[in-house]
Parts: sequence; structure tokens; C-alpha cells
Amino acid sequence: MTQSYRIETGGLINRNKKISFKFNGTSYFGYEGDTLASALLANGVHLVGRSFKYHRPRGFFGAGVDEPYAVVQLYRNGETEPNIKATEQELFEGLEASSVNCWPSVNFDIGAINNFLKIFLPAGFYYKTFMWPKSFWYKIYEPFIRKAAGLGVASTKHDKERYEHKYEYCDLLIAGSGPSGLASAYSAAKNGAKVILAEDKPRYGGSLLTSDVNIGNQSGKDWADGIISELKEMPNVTVKNRSQVFGYYDHNMLVMSEKVSDHLPKTKKYHPNKRLWYIRAKEVLISSGSIERPIVFGNNDTPGVMLSSAAKEYLKVYGVLVGKKPLVFTNNDSGYESAIEFKKHGVEPIVLDSRSNPQSEIIDEAKNLGINIKNSYVVVAAQGYKKVKSADVATISEDKKTLGKIENINCDCICVSGFWTPTIHLASQSGNKTKFNEKIDAFVPGVSKQNETTLGAANGVFTLEETLKTSFEKGKELSKKITDKDNEISIPNVVEKKYSKHDKFWCVPLPKGKTYKRFLDFQNDVAVSDVEIALREGYRSIEHVKRYTTLGMATDQGKTSNLNGLQLVSEIENKVVPSVGHTTFRPPYTPISIGAIVGREVGKHSKPTRKSPIHNWHEEHNAVFVDAGVWLRPRYYKRGNETLFEASKREAKNVRTNVGVCDVTTLGKIDIKGPDAAEFLNRVYTNAWLKLPVGKARYGVMLREDGIVMDDGTTTRISENHYHMTTTTAQAANVLSHLEYYLQLVWPELNVNVVSTTEQWAGAAIAGPKSRDLLQKLFPKTDVSKEGLPFMGYVEGELFGVKARIFRISFSGELAYEVNVESDNGRFMWEKIIELGEEFQIQPYGTEALSTLRIEMGHVAGSELDGRTIPYDNALEGLLSKKKDFIGKRSLQREAFVAEDRQRIVGVIPLDKKTSIPEGSHLVKDASAPLPNKKLGHISASCWSVEHDNPFSLAILKDGKNMIGEKLFVMSPLKNKVIPVEIVSSHYVDPKGERVRS
Amino acid sequence: MLHIKCPHCGMRSQNEFSYGGDATVKRPELNKEVIDQEWDNFVYNRVSPRGKHLELWQHLSGCRQWIKVERDTATHEIFNTYKANEEIA
Ligand SMILES: [Zn+2]
Repeated sequence: MTQSYRIETGGLINRNKKISFKFNGTSYFGYEGDTLASALLANGVHLVGRSFKYHRPRGFFGAGVDEPYAVVQLYRNGETEPNIKATEQELFEGLEASSVNCWPSVNFDIGAINNFLKIFLPAGFYYKTFMWPKSFWYKIYEPFIRKAAGLGVASTKHDKERYEHKYEYCDLLIAGSGPSGLASAYSAAKNGAKVILAEDKPRYGGSLLTSDVNIGNQSGKDWADGIISELKEMPNVTVKNRSQVFGYYDHNMLVMSEKVSDHLPKTKKYHPNKRLWYIRAKEVLISSGSIERPIVFGNNDTPGVMLSSAAKEYLKVYGVLVGKKPLVFTNNDSGYESAIEFKKHGVEPIVLDSRSNPQSEIIDEAKNLGINIKNSYVVVAAQGYKKVKSADVATISEDKKTLGKIENINCDCICVSGFWTPTIHLASQSGNKTKFNEKIDAFVPGVSKQNETTLGAANGVFTLEETLKTSFEKGKELSKKITDKDNEISIPNVVEKKYSKHDKFWCVPLPKGKTYKRFLDFQNDVAVSDVEIALREGYRSIEHVKRYTTLGMATDQGKTSNLNGLQLVSEIENKVVPSVGHTTFRPPYTPISIGAIVGREVGKHSKPTRKSPIHNWHEEHNAVFVDAGVWLRPRYYKRGNETLFEASKREAKNVRTNVGVCDVTTLGKIDIKGPDAAEFLNRVYTNAWLKLPVGKARYGVMLREDGIVMDDGTTTRISENHYHMTTTTAQAANVLSHLEYYLQLVWPELNVNVVSTTEQWAGAAIAGPKSRDLLQKLFPKTDVSKEGLPFMGYVEGELFGVKARIFRISFSGELAYEVNVESDNGRFMWEKIIELGEEFQIQPYGTEALSTLRIEMGHVAGSELDGRTIPYDNALEGLLSKKKDFIGKRSLQREAFVAEDRQRIVGVIPLDKKTSIPEGSHLVKDASAPLPNKKLGHISASCWSVEHDNPFSLAILKDGKNMIGEKLFVMSPLKNKVIPVEIVSSHYVDPKGERVRS
Repeated sequence: MLHIKCPHCGMRSQNEFSYGGDATVKRPELNKEVIDQEWDNFVYNRVSPRGKHLELWQHLSGCRQWIKVERDTATHEIFNTYKANEEIA
């Protein structure tokens, strides 16, 4: 296939490298350096999609980030990505893309019927029509809207690509590598500042790539190339292309998305797809340039109508003609630049200038080239459905209100220039209150809010000479503040054409009797009439008009539509534009992949995984692991085809009859030292701690100041001023912060130090009637007899040459011990326990059996201490000291906390002694009562009691104290279960606690 | 993301810190009889001003010190930071 719209020579593409690609199933080719848009245009393809609401044919409007139409579904290396701008997507071998928003095809689109029914789809149509009846929403309206109006389709597959985050600090971050970016980067870099220069396009240079200027006796492009290669050599400079600075956040934190691989057929090994840079900059230079504004006229969304600057870019960068019979419609001198480029390439353009008698250097040049120029002329409407075929044009009166006789001119594209809009998004995001500049009919940044400075066209400066001068100076001035260096830079001589004044004209009036749609927002199909309706219906705030009409919303964020929308509102409302104000710019400036935002924190990497030093042993012995906070813990050890239920029952039963061992390394451990440690514990815990002797452990409960239980655990007095505190696995970090809070802020007079030792100790709980016999074998030299190591006792021992701490504490209700050794010896300890425990039928047990054991003995844990319960609720009121004050004590006097029928922990057994009770179920009095059925309590934890061989649960029940023996119902709407139950004591096993003391 | 100057470690990114609420709240002394109102003010009632706010942060992934930060709740501007025991003028 020949590329009928590609000129013979010229452009910045590599004509030696052909690249084949597919669009909507048809094969084409382009060249290396093309975008998908330029390659399609070279092949004469203008129809790329359908519009959002009316499904009108859509072509290309811009050549870069501002593109509102040409959004495609991209297929790359077996993956698909929606909403890719064809104007930004670089061509690679094998690229495939398809249109979005059309069904069944771009040429025959059912939704286009909306176009002919458009009288029924005015502003607010969705709000008004789909409001009623409500029941229609899910079944009829939503599926219809989704089918007819969606943009692209997200992949349902797991994303194989990798995304990275990078954190960087610099002196100057410069966003945009046009003339102002290059000049400021250069002078700052020469002053030794650490500079990051970011360019969102593949090529550096911005407007210099397409403008006909001369800098220091070089073309603009050659000058830019020279600066860039010099900057790349400097060690203090990072130059990044394909990198969009899209967000300006607090304290000069900016975020940049670097497209590392999107231009390649597939991502290189060890490379990410995208890299998100979090950059903290001392100074930020915004050199983001400006975007050309459209002029509004009839059917101005027809494929073939595009920005004049885009037509010039396609020609100068890609060697592509957007048409062979171009009509240039302009209100300023920029349109002439495109016209001259066309003419130079043998194409005869016609220029329609809304101005009556403009005079300037560039207009003279156009005249000398023999270009047909019509002054006081406008395009009234484009003609053609899938492509511009001709234009209705007319003269316009000086006051721009009256059109002359309509003539028809043959053309195949209309290149529009309505002057320039500075790209002020980053400045606005930083908090800068932008101001309206009457001279250019656009907003420019006002007083700096953070450390941002806006330069060049982004600041409303449209001459190259002034841009370069101010940018060189600003780069020098800002870097001098940081590096204290003052290197002189000579500012090169600039040759550029002087522009005459633009025409403050942006919308062609409707001729009498015509109802052309005149679009303001091309991405959302918002026409002049829609804004008129919104205003007629009483919407005044520009923010409301935006939401009602969808003007300036969606992926292009109104880059081309905002100002014309404001102009319209100001005209109808008879207000000046600045008093209408513009809508708030929020990050991101362009759409950012969710994958890039998430970065590496996916799947297993979404949080750290902590493993005990005994982890590998568990793995080697068929442990099935469970996430416990950030830890991986064995849930059970699978034997043969055992289920979780069978295995945990076996393990728990073995603890009750023989002896079991459980890895408790994950328990939080805090070392507490200092002369005031006892006093501190006495304030932190609810019970008394001043008289705990050395070598003894005590169970303690700590509260928050609001009286709610925060955590529980045992603390052991290792020596006079040294305590070892344990916390639950989940609360370990919070408890440490809590202790530090009181020591540093509330009671700094206490001489106490706390430090986490969770990782320093490996722990094994040895539990069961035979645990003492085993312990004696492990520590033959230590007296671990009933008298030598009584319940809640502590001794230090030697485990075959390894120093160990032995605590006689129990979580299972059985005679039990906990042995701690330094982490490195964890596996040694564990293997010794297993080895010597063999004769006592030892079995390791996991968290499931651990839960069973604690539930049936009524020992509370995280599911009861859930941030909603006080000590009484957990039957822990016996631990509340009456003699001393402690954290949270005063709150326990609150009315609800002392109510007669206060909730309290109870045991729950199904009447049939068979049906398992789902955790989280509600307890109700009457199972058949109408909804909402009054909830009396909830099931906090459930197990299969190995002692009684039937299901047993714990519940927090209103007036639990007086409910023992009552018959209630457990309801679980989630599991669709209603179970008749009996309320019993929470201590289902060994209620007197004889075993632990045996 | 805020940039907070830890008085012990220097400028650090917000994600090293955790927020700890109003720094002007004073815990009633231990063993002191307090009326409900005073206790409620300590536990629950906060002013939540728009503008300057003296607040606590803990340098969790750093020196673990609790510090005081004077910050504008609307603009996020940080005026000053102090050590826990520092006198604030
Ligand atoms: Zn610190």
C-alpha cells in the first residue's frame, strides 16, 4: 500500500525503517518515528472513532497530549490497554489498535442514530431521563449507557507488565523541553545545580521542532539538539523524554510518569513498563508551553477539521499532509505558518482570516508566495459526514455578528487557529491563583504559591526572544540561590517573525435558519446549545455548568475546550471571563495507568512478608500457611488428605492428651528497662504491677484512654529494672507507639526505655499434660518441677548449650511453657523439641488448633478485643485495680459502660450439637421476627471443641451475665443459616483453671 | 506528600511519620478527680481548626520520637517543628 499523504522527503522520521501495523484489522505501514496518528494520516485514514454521545465520526484534532478524539484500544504483546491517544502512541512493529465507542464498526455504528435523534439528547439529558423510575436503572438504563457510551475496554487479565516507583530529589525540576525549558535548564546546569529536565514527547525541543526561527545562526531544532546533547553529558543533569510531569503536590513534590516501554513491541527484560518518579524539587520551572485554541463553527467536529498547529507538526515532524486541498481558518498569524508549509510542499492552501486587514511580516511572506488569502472571512460550517468535503464560508462584519452570503469552497481539511492557551495546569495544581490576561484572552499563572515559576508560552510569553532571555536569566537566578555560583551565559541572537495582533473572535454565529451543531468540547460532544440550555435552566457557577454539560471532563480534561466554554458563558451572562472564573485543575494532567500508580506493590508485594526463623522447617513439614498481619504462620500441618478441619482437630486433641508445640515467634515483644519500669507498667496496665517479684510473669490488660481494651499479654520481670512484655501479633506496633507516646509526651519524668525485640527472639509454646516431662528432657540441669517452676514462673536455662528463657504461661488452658531463644537458634530449638518430644507423641500445631484451644477455654483474643469492648465485656473486670489510677480508668465510669445490661462474653452451643456456627452471625431472640430483627449480640469466634466434640462459639451478648442457660437463635443472612442455640459460660474447658496450675 | 522536618533527623518525607492529633491536649493528672466534662474534653472533643494547628506526629520509620508540628490544615504549610519537650513560644 502506498502512503499517498506522505511527502517525498523531510520530517524527523527514519525513512529507512518501515514499520507495519494494523488498525481495525487492516494492515498499513509507517516509519520509525511515526505516531499511530501520523502513520494513519500518511495512509489517508481520518476516521478513527465515534464520539461519546452522538457517535458522530471522529478523526484527529491535534498532534499530541491535547487530542480529544483519537482515543484507541491498543493491543501489544498479548495485552490490551484502553483509551490510548493515537497522537501520543509511537509506532512499533506489529502494533494493533482499534476504534472505541463504535459498535459494530467504525463505519457502521448503531449508536450514530443518536446523532439523528440529537434533539432528544441536550445538556443534562442523562440526569433528566434516567432518573425515573428508579428500578429501571440497573436493568435498562445502565446496560444501555455502558454499551453505547463507554470509552475503551479494560483487560480482565492479570497485568504481566512491571511498574516501578522512583524517589528523587533535585534543585530544579523543569517540566517541558521547549525553548524556555532548554534555556533555563542550561543556565541552571552551568551553575552546578542538580537539574531534572522532563519532556513528555519522544523528541526534545517543543515548538522549536516546527517553528521557522533561527537561534545563534542555527535552526531552532539544531540549537535544541545541541543544548540537549550538552546537557546529557553533564553529571548534574538528568534529561528524560517520554516523561510527563502530571501532578504538583504539597511541599514541592511532583510526580512524573515515564513511559519506558510503550514505544517498543514488548517490554525489555528487567525493564518496567512505566516508571513513576516522585520528585521533591527545591525549585520548579514550568515550561509546558501552550495549546492552540479552536474556533467554534458548524460541524466543527467533522474528521478533517483540526488545529492548524497540528497540521504543521504532521508536516514538519512526520512528513505527512493532512490534506491536499487545505483550508486554513485563523484569527491570528499562526495559521499563516501552516499555510506557508503547505505551499512549500506544493499544496495550494486557502487562508480565511477573520481579521479585516491584518499586516505583518509573515502575512507578507504568504502573499509573496502567492497564497490565496481572504480577509474578513469565516468558515460557517464544514460539509461532509465521515470526512470534510467542502466548507460553507462567508464574509463577516466587523462586529462579528453578521454573516455575508454563504459560498461553498471545496477542501479536504480545515486547519483552525484561534490563538494560544497557556498550559497552566501545573501552576494551578500548586495552588497558584491564576489571573486572566486580556491581551491573550487566556489565564496565566499569578503569584507563586509554592516554589514554582512559569516561563515562556505557559506564562503567556509568545515571542522566542523574550522567552529565551527570561528563561536563561531565571535558570541562573534560581540555581545561584542554591549553588551560590554565578556563571555567565551569553544569550544567543534570535531571528523570528513578528506577529500582529490576534482577533478576539472565537465563535462563528449561526446563519439564519441553520441548526448546525457547533462543538465546544469534542471529547464529550458538548455544543454551544448545551451550554445555553444549562444557563437557561439556571446553572450559574462554571463548576456546575461543567458537571451538567460535561464540558471539559473526561480524559482530555478540556485542554482545547475550556476557554471557549468560558467565553460562551461570559458572553451569555454578560460578564467578563475572569469573573466567570475557570474550573479547578487537578492532577493528573493526563491519564495515568493504574498500574503505574500501584507500582511494585501488587500481589505478594502489597505488604512485607515476615517469616519466623523456623519457617523453613514448617514448609518442609507440610505446613499450610495463613497471613497473620504481616507474618506468615502455619495454619495447620497437613497429613495425607486431611482437611483443615480434620488436621486442626487432630492437632488440638493432641495438645489436650499429649503435648504439642506451636511457633509463637510472631508475638510482639517489647523490652522495658529503667528504674521506673514498674511504675510505668502500673500506669499502662489495669492491674497492679509494683509488687511483681523478679522471675515472675503476670497477665495484663491495657486500655486506650476511652476505656476500650487495646491489648493483652504477659509481662515478665527478668531482673530488678528489666521487664519483657509480650503483645498480640497484630497490635505489636501500636502498643510500642502507645508506650513511646506516654514516655515521651505524658510522663517524660519516668526513667524508662522501651524497644521492640520481636525479631530478636524465636518462641515455641509447648503445651499439654506431657509438656513438663518434655521440658525436663530439654533442660536436664534446670529445675522445672511444679515447685521449681510454678505457674507464671520464669527461669533461664540452657538448651544444649544455647541460652534460653523459659516462661510457664499458657494460652491453651493446659499445662504449658514458652521457650525463647535468640532468633538464630530458633530452628535448633524447634528441632530439639520435636526430636525429644517424639517419645511423648509430640505434634506441631498451627494457628487453627491454637484458636480452638483458646476459644474452648474462653480466653479472649483479637476477635473479642476488637476495639469495641471494655474489660467487663471480656470478663476481665477482675483485673481492674481499685487502688491505683491507670490509662483509661476514668472512662470506665461512663454511663453505657456501667449499664446493668452491659454486653458480656458468653459461650454458645448449637442445640443439635452438630451445626457449626458462622463467625460474625447475629444472636436474636425470635428467628421469625420481622426485619430488621433486633440484634442481641454477635458470634466473635467459633471452633469445634475437641474436649466435648461438638461446636462451640464465643459471643459478645447484651446482658450476657444474666443470659446463661437462655435459648436464642443465631442468624447468618450471609450463609443463610438460622441455628437454635443455648447460651453457656465462656469457660467451656477446665473452668476452675486447674490444669494450667497442675 | 508533606515534607516534615524532624527536629532530631532533619527533612523527611511524610510516609516516615504517623499522625498523632492535637498537641495542645493535656492529659489530666493521674489520681486527680476530674468531672465528666473535663475528661470528655481530653478524650473526645477537638477544635479541628482551619488554619494553624499544633499537632503531634511520630517519626515512626525514623528515630521513633514524637514531635510537635505547627501546620496549616488548609494549605498544609508547615511553620515549625519542635521536640516533644521543647518550649513553644
Ligand atoms: Zn526523627
